[in-house]
Amino acid sequence: MSSRFRASFILLGAAALLAAGCSREERHSRSKPVGETVAAGASPDTIFPGGGTPPALDARARLYDNNAPAIAAGQELFSQMNCVGCHAHGGGSMGPALMDNEWRYGGRIDQIASTIAEGRPNGMPSWRGKLTDTQIWELAAYVRSLSGLPSKDAVSSRAEGMSGASPGTLTPHGKVQPSDTAQQQ
Amino acid sequence: MRSVTTAVLAGLAALTAGALMSSCNKRAADNSTAANAPSGAAARAVPAAAAYPADNGNWEMPSKDYASTRFSALNQITPANVGKLGIDFTFSTATTHGFEAPPLVVDGTMYLITPWPNILYALDLTKPGAPAKWVFKPNPAAASQGVACCGPVNRGAVFSNGRIIFNTLDGSTIAVDAKSGEQVWRTQLADIQKGETITMAPLVAAGKVLVGNSGGEMGVRGWVAALDEGSGKLAWKAYNVGPDKDVLIGPRFKPFYAMDRGKDLGVTSWPPNAWKTGGATVWGWISYDPQLHLIYYGTSNPGPWNPDQRPGDNKWTAGVFARDVSTGEAVWFYQSTPHDLFDYDDINESILADIPWGNGRRPVLLRPDRNGYFYVIDRRSGQVLSAAPYGYVNTSTGVDLKSGRLQYVAEKEPKPGRVVRNICPASPGMKDWNPSAFSPITGLVYIPHNNLCQDEGVMQANYISGTPYVGADVKMYAGPGGNRGLFTAWDPMRRRAVWEIKEDLPVWSPALATAGGLVFYGTLDGWFKAVDARTGKLLWRFKTGSGIIGQPISYRGPDGRQYIAVVSGVGGWAGAVVAGKLDVKDPTGALGFVNATKDLPNKTTAGGMLYVFTLPR
Repeated sequence: MSSRFRASFILLGAAALLAAGCSREERHSRSKPVGETVAAGASPDTIFPGGGTPPALDARARLYDNNAPAIAAGQELFSQMNCVGCHAHGGGSMGPALMDNEWRYGGRIDQIASTIAEGRPNGMPSWRGKLTDTQIWELAAYVRSLSGLPSKDAVSSRAEGMSGASPGTLTPHGKVQPSDTAQQQ
Repeated sequence: MRSVTTAVLAGLAALTAGALMSSCNKRAADNSTAANAPSGAAARAVPAAAAYPADNGNWEMPSKDYASTRFSALNQITPANVGKLGIDFTFSTATTHGFEAPPLVVDGTMYLITPWPNILYALDLTKPGAPAKWVFKPNPAAASQGVACCGPVNRGAVFSNGRIIFNTLDGSTIAVDAKSGEQVWRTQLADIQKGETITMAPLVAAGKVLVGNSGGEMGVRGWVAALDEGSGKLAWKAYNVGPDKDVLIGPRFKPFYAMDRGKDLGVTSWPPNAWKTGGATVWGWISYDPQLHLIYYGTSNPGPWNPDQRPGDNKWTAGVFARDVSTGEAVWFYQSTPHDLFDYDDINESILADIPWGNGRRPVLLRPDRNGYFYVIDRRSGQVLSAAPYGYVNTSTGVDLKSGRLQYVAEKEPKPGRVVRNICPASPGMKDWNPSAFSPITGLVYIPHNNLCQDEGVMQANYISGTPYVGADVKMYAGPGGNRGLFTAWDPMRRRAVWEIKEDLPVWSPALATAGGLVFYGTLDGWFKAVDARTGKLLWRFKTGSGIIGQPISYRGPDGRQYIAVVSGVGGWAGAVVAGKLDVKDPTGALGFVNATKDLPNKTTAGGMLYVFTLPR
């Protein structure tokens, strides 16, 4: 835990240094079609016989991974679709923890999207046909954020219902302040 | 930043806990009207005779007998010699899920039912080391683990007429020939697509196998079903929410209190259609009075947890049903927790006792309830004779014996948009599923239970079948005193604790009482303990390989000696943090239990192992 925090402080520092020179992340409209199906080739971490290499990262990954609006949208879906009932706010419940460093079926965003779409044999439901592909990728982006995988500047600091690791029982809901306003002050 | 916030909040929590302890030591008022019992043997509660046959040395059902005493009449092991108790043999169950089931022992064979994948082992006690006679694998669906709220547990099998009968997590009831291990019948009852599982131990009574569903956290519609013992065919099925005809409420239904009377209350005490996802499952214990021909069981919490979404009393959740075992007809109902606010599920055991009353005896149920009160209820009528708190309660001030109603404290009601703090008892209640033992020798009920409080915030829950339907964020912590568990010897006549043992961790293990004058229970970090039934003095303990949430039993072996057996294997709701490898950084994990058991992963590891103890030869 502490190493993750240390890493995040370094990241924050680096982000602050780079902020002036960096262009903002690319944003896209939620309704923009991003493909017919989820996760071709998104297999769990495994052995590729004959010296093979893992399949290339799904091309859509760059649209969602590290993307603040996608992560925020995924956070909202995480509560609305009852993911929170099984995985709590990342710590796990009926379902496994998502904030630790164990990924049974792979921690790449395309692998997570595949898990959400297809389900997994020990109780993970299949959401294919219940959620749009966009929603599934947004959820995958948020799930990665629970374990601190995306860079911190992409993770939402806004209150979207219940926040990630700190539950509403601990943190009173503050006034929502858009990040743009904060920058102007 | 997060760690700073946590430190501040921890400070606040400590302050509030301190305030709580100083201001609220007084227990909620006891407004009981039960007769003050005179002292002496005639003043003791005794098990209902018809439901309490002579001990044959076997252990054929989890509750030991229909009266649910969990009392063994064997007396070779006593306070004087228990110090010499040692291991006879062990057996690995090959599972790492929480192990809540008791071993069964029938005439020289021991039967063990495991959590999912619900493997049934038969061990030959007549041979050294108790080798397996046969193994039965029902192969329940792996996906059923995903809709089991509190670990893929199983609470036990039952032996009847040469068969072992048990439920699988994915919702079937199976009868297996006890000699051969061959399946006799298998009946599918629950549907995991709706979020239903079966975790309870069936009860066989009057030729019926009684089974209920689990899934109170998944918005299922609760029911209890009776299967014909011979064929496995459905004899009757009673829902616990919905119209009277589905609940099998008819002319025989005569609840004692006005609040439980009226037409179709299972519909009208809910917002439109909310009963269809209203819970009232039957995942705990059923008792049976052969004389009255009635079964007794409690119903679970309403769905969702968020009470704001279901104004009304939410019949017939969180209460006790008496039904005719042959027809399923409801005879009475008492709602211990109307419009449940905190998941005060009422599935706990009903001990059938006859208590001194006037010049005679009165047939009652003894019920240590989740809501914090120990109820004495007339089992013919459903009248509450007394309801006294057996631990620290601040969510209610008592039970009004005129109306039968729990008296809620308004300021503790969870509402969206605010967080309510210091809710005591917490959602697992003063006591959860793990049953008490009742000794006819001491007349005391030995209650393994919790001392937990919680903070809770509720929000709108969306119903999506096959997913959780809760709508609450919870964070639990130790109650006043700092100990998270208690083991209480309760006198149901005097309505007070005779002694109590403070346990650091919540006590999630059931209890066993023996005629030798001992009481056995286990702790979440794996100690198996024997204490003096009269004084609570710790006389013996043994450290098992994993936390204990299993039901201890006592039996007479083929060699005529007394044995004590328990399966250790942490898990269930309290042990989910270990068995489910949850992350302690999220206090809301396992519906808030993780915050109260953050230290458990450093104190025990998962793994189901049977331990059998006896005195040295």
